[in-house]
Amino acid sequence: MPALDADVIIIGAGAVGCAIARELSRYEASILVLEKECDAAYGTSGRNSAVVHAGFNNKHGSLMAKLCVEGNKGFEALAELLNVPYRKTGKILVAFDEADMQELARIKARGEDNGCTGLRLIDGTELHALAPKLRGIGGMLSENTAIFNPFEYCIALAENALVNGARFVFNSEVTAIRHDDTGFTVTAGENLCRCKVLINAAGLYCDKISAMLGINDYRIYPCRGEYFILDKIAGSFLNIPAYPVPRPGIGGLGVHLTPTIEGNIIIGPSAEYISERDDYASTSEIMAKLFTEALDLLPGLERRQIIGNYCGIRPKQAPPGEGGFRDFVIKNEPAVPGFINLIGIESPGLTASVPIARMAAGLVSENMPLKPKNDFIARRRGRVKFSALTQDEQQRLIAHNPDYGEIICRCQNITKQEIRDAIENPFGARSISSIKYRSWATTGRCNGGYCMTRIVDMLVNEYGLKPEEITYRGKGSEMFSGRVK
Amino acid sequence: MTNKEFCGVLVIGAGPGGLAAAKSARESGAESVIVLERNTRPGGILNQCIHDGFGLIRYGKALTGPEYASLALSEALSSGAKILTGHHVTAITPEREVTAYSRSGIRTFCAKSIVLATGCRERTRGAISIPGDRPAGVFTAGVVQELVNVRNIMPGKRVVILGSGDIGLIMARRLTLEGAQVLAAAEILPSPCGLARNVSQCLYEFGIPLYVSTTVTRIIGRKKLEAVELSDVDADLKPIAGTERVIECDCLVLSVGLIPENEIAKSAGVRLNPDNSVRTDEFLQTSVPGIFSCGNSRHVMDLADYVSEQAELAGTNAVRFINGGHMLTWDEEKTNCMKKGFPDKDTITCTVCPNGCQIKYSSGTYSGSKCARGIAFAEQERTSPRRTVTTTIRRKDGVLLPVRTAGTVERGRVIPMVKMIRGMEFCGSEVLDVDGETLKVSAV
Repeated sequence: MPALDADVIIIGAGAVGCAIARELSRYEASILVLEKECDAAYGTSGRNSAVVHAGFNNKHGSLMAKLCVEGNKGFEALAELLNVPYRKTGKILVAFDEADMQELARIKARGEDNGCTGLRLIDGTELHALAPKLRGIGGMLSENTAIFNPFEYCIALAENALVNGARFVFNSEVTAIRHDDTGFTVTAGENLCRCKVLINAAGLYCDKISAMLGINDYRIYPCRGEYFILDKIAGSFLNIPAYPVPRPGIGGLGVHLTPTIEGNIIIGPSAEYISERDDYASTSEIMAKLFTEALDLLPGLERRQIIGNYCGIRPKQAPPGEGGFRDFVIKNEPAVPGFINLIGIESPGLTASVPIARMAAGLVSENMPLKPKNDFIARRRGRVKFSALTQDEQQRLIAHNPDYGEIICRCQNITKQEIRDAIENPFGARSISSIKYRSWATTGRCNGGYCMTRIVDMLVNEYGLKPEEITYRGKGSEMFSGRVK
Repeated sequence: MTNKEFCGVLVIGAGPGGLAAAKSARESGAESVIVLERNTRPGGILNQCIHDGFGLIRYGKALTGPEYASLALSEALSSGAKILTGHHVTAITPEREVTAYSRSGIRTFCAKSIVLATGCRERTRGAISIPGDRPAGVFTAGVVQELVNVRNIMPGKRVVILGSGDIGLIMARRLTLEGAQVLAAAEILPSPCGLARNVSQCLYEFGIPLYVSTTVTRIIGRKKLEAVELSDVDADLKPIAGTERVIECDCLVLSVGLIPENEIAKSAGVRLNPDNSVRTDEFLQTSVPGIFSCGNSRHVMDLADYVSEQAELAGTNAVRFINGGHMLTWDEEKTNCMKKGFPDKDTITCTVCPNGCQIKYSSGTYSGSKCARGIAFAEQERTSPRRTVTTTIRRKDGVLLPVRTAGTVERGRVIPMVKMIRGMEFCGSEVLDVDGETLKVSAV
């Protein structure tokens, strides 16, 4: 087995793991991230509503509330620094009756207690000025809620950490951990890794990692949320996220409508406790319900605008029956010196990921000295997004590199060079999903009918992959059986 | 900004529609006709339709897709139309200014009239919301056709087809010929959507079961497709509990409908119908004056031959729009005219022409045929059925070339011949001899 040593090992390359890796890469310490999937953001971090929350939904005094508010405040600057698509759209909680308005007044007060700013109750006139097609008699506007691209965000954090010296090892599921006076020995896939400080950012599997070190205090209850994605044509219906007033005990925020950075609308999520943590299946019952509930908010939607669906799974600590949210656990485990647990990082974990990472770095410094580097590179150069450029800029790029003149994804107008940039990512992730997360190809109304074969052609003829080596989402998801002849 | 290039008739798309529109626009007197095609070669989707049966009306013989395309291309070229491949149109204005991206730059064309011939796209899994996992191994039929016939990639070994659209039926046969096992085709409606001749020649002939009033109710397989669950549906097309059965497979092919491709049309403000087809007048003109629409992008059609005919009319009218002449009208009956669904019981589905006559044989006489050719065909089918063999042959560099037998062979020889050709390598000659039959390679 190859041996990999580091000062700090982080288990999990979700938003939290990647943010911690980036945060720690500010210091003179060797960092190693272990991930069971073939790329970052393959779990909960990439399967959600893609919203930067304001922090009014969380219990006053909780870590969730504190870190979410902090995360929201810093997100715009962070997105700019990391070159991640971000838009401060605001968000509306829609009231259907007076009782809802009263509940919203309570939510607003709680939000302000939490430190949220920009919360305002609005009447029907203002509601319909903001979103003419929504139903409702009024609502609460949260001005600081935003939308972003969570894949690009996680990848940006990881790439920035990488540039600053952190190492990432993918396809390496942690199966055993040994702890002794000298530190930790972690078996991850084919690798045997050693470290002084071990951070558990395993999301849905955090309780299992914790149990590998004999700490059995936690249990994760996977809670699935299903989503629909609507065509961009529906995007003109709504340009601000619209949520119902949260009902107590549902363990989610209720089925809501969220415009995406790319101009689609997402409907969802549902909230359903399930028995297996990797069961991302959609169900006919929930799919029927989602659309009906979405129509309550936005009556103009039509079924034929649906272009896809997906699921995310929340790593909940609150068991079925209890409902609601249990606060994040982020702490040094006294029973195992050097072991830092992050448990139950569900929503608003994405928004809070960088404040969580700062907190984790603080916990690391209790175990080992952290000396700041003087050559930390804070800015990440993003990839070129050709369709966002002016025609003159585009013309110049094509003159310099003809691959910018060849459109590979016709739904999203993504060029061959952008696919190339995605394929040539520093992590060597070459699954179709990894290319999709970086380029946004295959996400349109044709579900990749046009671009997938062209991407496959590039992988085979320009990057030397065999057809049977091409995967949808890493090992085990091979897309083709081989050549015809 | 880019320089503007002026032209008479601008055609978008070089499939059968675009090529025919360009030809007729030139023949109707347009001085400059430009066809913009995003692919590197003209022909559109015909290039991947290597089976035969095209051209029965227009050219009076059964051609493969690539053969039909190459005839249509040479007609367009000899008419003097200019075809620009590798030009991807992204937008049109109502003033008929067209933006196209190419490897040599962004070009803006100002046209006096425009013909939209942008074809159609396939309905997807996402659009029909099939429940279950989202593994690798679920494809639309057109994608599978491109993979198998053009890209030399086999999507799987054990295949289930959902939907009975024509491409799905054609691919059931094609995948079988290339060595896959097609386990079933399931259609949610009580009868097939595809042409009767395809049900007969692509499913029945290969013993592939077709389950009607049946749909896929669950896709199973976390990473890679492992199985699909089929269920019967009731009269409202709702699955009936208790009828579920699971079929193990590694590939699910969706043939669940085609949607006219009109995103570019929309950018010009062209009015569409709820099914994304284009609202035209009887002259094939859209709601935006001077912009015409034809073929599958206007309204999905059964037959390339009628696409070409309709497109010729659109091309002519595009010129008459410029010159102020009176326009010609399209006979809407031709848009979708062929026999669909199950072949009638105990009949022979005639494939000599698109009528698809259902011919019955009883005590020495044939009934149901509209012509003598049909009777001859039925006699042949009854006594010793013959088929054209169509497949691909691999060139040394891995590129696949479509091939066909010059004539027909005994039906039983089709599978062994395709298998034989699968092991061969193209040696540079356009005519080959395989198993005593002459094979023609097209699109070399």
